[in-house]
Amino acid sequence: MLRIPLKSGKWFFAITFSAAGTVIMEYCAPVTLAEVCAALGAASGTVKVFAGGTDLLPRFVAGVNPPALLIDIKHVPETREIRRLAEGGFVIGSACSGGQISAHTELVRSWPGLTEAMDLIGSVQIQSRATLGGNLCNASPAADSVPALIASRARCRIAGSDGERELPVEDIIVSPGRTCLRQDEFIVSFFLPARNPRSADAYLRMTPRTEMDIAIASAAVNLTVDEQGVVNECHVVLGAVGPVPVYALPAARILLGSRLDEEVRQRFRRQISALCRPISDKRGSAEYRTDVTAVLADRAAMTAYNRALL
Amino acid sequence: MTISIHASVNGEPCQFQCGTTDTLLKVLRENLQLTGTKQGCGTGDCGACSVIMNGELVCACLVLAVECGQADIRTVEGLSSAGQLHSLQQAFLDNAALQCGICTPGLLMASKALLDKHPQPDETQIRYWIAGNLCRCTGYDKIVRAIMGCVS
Repeated sequence: MLRIPLKSGKWFFAITFSAAGTVIMEYCAPVTLAEVCAALGAASGTVKVFAGGTDLLPRFVAGVNPPALLIDIKHVPETREIRRLAEGGFVIGSACSGGQISAHTELVRSWPGLTEAMDLIGSVQIQSRATLGGNLCNASPAADSVPALIASRARCRIAGSDGERELPVEDIIVSPGRTCLRQDEFIVSFFLPARNPRSADAYLRMTPRTEMDIAIASAAVNLTVDEQGVVNECHVVLGAVGPVPVYALPAARILLGSRLDEEVRQRFRRQISALCRPISDKRGSAEYRTDVTAVLADRAAMTAYNRALL
Repeated sequence: MTISIHASVNGEPCQFQCGTTDTLLKVLRENLQLTGTKQGCGTGDCGACSVIMNGELVCACLVLAVECGQADIRTVEGLSSAGQLHSLQQAFLDNAALQCGICTPGLLMASKALLDKHPQPDETQIRYWIAGNLCRCTGYDKIVRAIMGCVS
């Protein structure tokens, strides 16, 4: 039944059997990183890392079988902390909720785009539970926080049963619903680099409804300007217009060396549309998504630019 | 095999038995007979099952019961005290802010969480805050008016 040593003696473990005596789902809530890794390493059947559960639990309702083992990582302190580093960067635990992120004024001031992207997800109820790490690992093409995370050049601290590794966020999602993480790995936290002066980010999305809806197109822009107001670093990432977020390098290059003059912005919008590979579905046509992404990226760039100049 | 969980529900110590896949919503309604919390979509979209857990507004359908050890859970049953309706409940009545009533417990808990965190919200703040609570009867105006009437 229980194959994992309970070193700390504090963490919670539970198991449910069906009437036939088979295991329905084991649940454990370790309190240290080492215990999570041990649980991941010892798991023989399907295992799911559980944080906010806002994407996972509706799947059970929809009839998807629960995993053999559910590992709740919320009790591990490293997954719940938001910490400013001495050199100016931030560490955000993967199980930090949207509400927790929005309430961190220092983080919101440094990363207005990333924090507004996270804040756009769902209702107040969802914000209380949904986590930054969960939004990434759910690997939806329309995930709001992911384009902003990639634009911020965030890196993931990944722990597994045989040690730790670090990867940039853009390497995590490989296709809709799939990440590159092995079954025995999970994301502990994100590292956001220190900001140069006159840096800012912005995120915009288009949803058919104003609230409680999923993006049909989105754009994140993170840029730095010099003392003359000329862009000298720029990252543009598009969401919901491809199977994985689109790192729009050719578009970002157009903004480099500019003050976002109208002629530059026109070329930027054309390049953004050229990089979109959306699907058509009941929520939006490919043509519409392609057009509106250019508008969103343009406006996000202007917002980030104006914020950087402040 | 069931698991025994100790929590606090509406300020009272409470123990319940649950399976690992049971939601807080199922336990509230079926084990504790606290049927004021309604089941709507079961997927976190409608807000009918909104309760306050450790000071945060959550959908009870998106919380596993096994997560609730030592948790402080507040449901609509805990709003009134000593036979006296909570000011929000009275305001919903006075403003006719309900028709079929299915969304009302969730909206009351959402409104309570709002006023606990932001005692003086403006109308825009109220409308955004209750965006996660669907109501198909009222058109929301009377609900918003009721909440505004409770702003100190």
